[in-house]
Amino acid sequence: MVINLKKMSAEQDLLAPGHRLCAGCAESIVVRQVLHAVGQPVVVASPTGCLEVATSPYPYTSWRVPWIHSAFENVASTISGVETMYRSLVKQGKMEDKGIKFVVFAGDGATYDIGLQFLSGALERGHKFLYVCLNNEAYMNTGIQRSSATPLGAWTTTSPVGTAIPGKRENRKDITAIVAAHDIPYVAQAAPHAWRDLITKAQKAIAADGPSFINVLAPCQRGWRYPPEETIAISRLAVETCVWPIYEVVDGEWKLNYRPSPKKPITDWLQSQGRFRHLLTSENRHIVDALQEIVDQQWAKLLERCRV
Amino acid sequence: MVSPKVRGKPVALDGDRAVAEAIRQMSPDVVAAYPITPQTEIVMRFSEFVANGEVDTEFIPVESEHAAMSACIGASAAGGRAQTATAGAGLAFMWEVLWVASGTRLPIVMHVVNRSLSAPLNIHCDHSDSMGARDAGWIQLYDETVQEAYDNAIQALRIAEHPDVMLPTLHAMDGFILGHGLERLELLPDDAVREFVGVYKPEHSLLDVDHPVTYGPMELTDYFFEHKRQQAAAMERALEIIPQIGEEYGMLTGRYYGLMEGYRLEDAEFATVALGSTAGTIKTVVDELRDQGVKAGLLKLRCFRPFPATTVAEALGDKKAIAVLDRSLSFGAQCGPLFLEVITALFTHGFSPKVLNYAYGLGGRDIVPAQIHQVYKDLIDIDREGLAGPSLRYLGLRE
Ligand SMILES: Cc1ncc(C[n+]2csc(CCOP(=O)(O)OP(=O)(O)O)c2C)c(N)n1
Ligand code: SF4
Ligand SMILES: [Mg+2]
Repeated sequence: MVINLKKMSAEQDLLAPGHRLCAGCAESIVVRQVLHAVGQPVVVASPTGCLEVATSPYPYTSWRVPWIHSAFENVASTISGVETMYRSLVKQGKMEDKGIKFVVFAGDGATYDIGLQFLSGALERGHKFLYVCLNNEAYMNTGIQRSSATPLGAWTTTSPVGTAIPGKRENRKDITAIVAAHDIPYVAQAAPHAWRDLITKAQKAIAADGPSFINVLAPCQRGWRYPPEETIAISRLAVETCVWPIYEVVDGEWKLNYRPSPKKPITDWLQSQGRFRHLLTSENRHIVDALQEIVDQQWAKLLERCRV
Repeated sequence: MVSPKVRGKPVALDGDRAVAEAIRQMSPDVVAAYPITPQTEIVMRFSEFVANGEVDTEFIPVESEHAAMSACIGASAAGGRAQTATAGAGLAFMWEVLWVASGTRLPIVMHVVNRSLSAPLNIHCDHSDSMGARDAGWIQLYDETVQEAYDNAIQALRIAEHPDVMLPTLHAMDGFILGHGLERLELLPDDAVREFVGVYKPEHSLLDVDHPVTYGPMELTDYFFEHKRQQAAAMERALEIIPQIGEEYGMLTGRYYGLMEGYRLEDAEFATVALGSTAGTIKTVVDELRDQGVKAGLLKLRCFRPFPATTVAEALGDKKAIAVLDRSLSFGAQCGPLFLEVITALFTHGFSPKVLNYAYGLGGRDIVPAQIHQVYKDLIDIDREGLAGPSLRYLGLRE
């Protein structure tokens, strides 16, 4: 699978410009990269969230490919239905096999929280589709509420920084490992600054014989509180600090895709975004230490899994 | 009436199995379903058809009813036929996406086996589940017998897919009473069903990759209301389409279907209105009362959504007294949902007969002829003496 940037840049984006996502939003960057990798014919599904509302305000649509939104929690079931109908019609000779591919773009809320059961069911049943999580670590569409992807200590509007409680009290869960535990053929973590890595992963994922999943960090300038032009730098920093390691699990084999050297301290990450500003005071030092410890532990566990 | 075009095969089946046969014969492209008593038999039986290669259908053994309806939404939007079956809590769990199915104008067919809603947990029949979905934009038919469950299952598909309708359609049979009740019915030959349901050619499809369509967009204050009005208009058109399809089905089978069935209703002075299997019990009582010289009659409503207001008002307007039997409660309301519709229809058509509302049969409580006799006695009493006591009464309740 070769990536020809020149050729790719000449291709038409399957997500048209003119959508209503914020300036600097990572979601459109990820969607465009993944769809370049996947190519046509493709059918896309999205749950409720920033991407959905910003790309489908009737009577306009930004989607140059068939696209469906049903509800917030059920995108995995919706795509299960679409994919199954395709198999059924082809099997019965009611339509020709055009090699249609099926891709989901879903927020972390739709993936980690309200849609987890639906996702797990679809993975277990083995529908052939690529599920891309656009992980901005909160419910952005409804105004920056915590999700189970929100890291410890982060400010959100439902984990506000109060006089009694300094931001989110729980750490995020590791959905990528949870998905990998479904033993599907392809699982990965990626980030948009590493575009070649992401595109390669999308190509591998869509070629897999079964469900595939890519958890892509999607920095959100509104919710994370940083200037819009820094999205790509923030993405890189997440990987350099090991806050967001990029790796893949191919047929059960864990493989690290990038090892930062030197590994940057968590404080670099925290300083880059307003959502962590309150942590950089002496009384919240213990939270910073706890975050560093979590990152270190999880990084060590990942290295072990990847046998490096 | 002309003689039917095909001869059915007489069999003895319970409602669940009869519906499973109907689904097999319709052979939808996708079925997504989840087991729940008293619908489980349908899923089990259909799984056997799939396992034995007796259907072309792809079966999605989803992890929940919400997923079942969500998968049907995806499958239907992808341009083929999608069906599911559920009951009680399963239907309630689907509630949000029932609206997505109808708002997206997807002609999904759902077989409902009525079951009460928890708490307390109860697996038996009442209509709380389908009445809870009454405003969700689905066409709702009710079955009196296992034969009707089978017949309505097949007609539901044609109604849903009619180009003037394009609305999801459900038919509901009383849990256990019909679902597990063994009755004699006639099954059509497979090819007769295939011919009756024909080939589905949707105007749009997600899988038509050369003509990309956006399904389920966001609509705000500018367009949403107009699209809801279109859904209401489709319901209005369905009032004409449903009897047309019932007529066509009658030509094929000898069993004709309309929006309602009047039983000794035309010259009746005292009428009851009911949905589902209770109509059968009422018919027996009507016959007994007629033998005694009481002009009793029944309006069995087949189609609850859309509600055939004019048909109902015209059938009931001249009655001395009417009792509406509701197999569900709307807590805090003045009456049950069926009563509300019937009264509104009468009032808006200029009729004001004496009326009573009965809540009955919740959680599968038996409804027996003696209770129906009591209802007609009450009607005769209020006709003579005027309405005394509450208009909402409880039938078969230990008080
Ligand atoms: C059943 C249901 N609950 C809640 C909502 C409100 N809601 C819509 S989008 C959303 C959050 C989306 O968050 P995420 O999936 O992370 O996507 P993002 O907007 O952050 O990209 C919420 C809570 C809803 N639409 N449906
Ligand atoms: S709020 Fe965040 S995720 Fe949503 S459009 Fe804006 S930048 Fe993107
Ligand atoms: Mg989010």
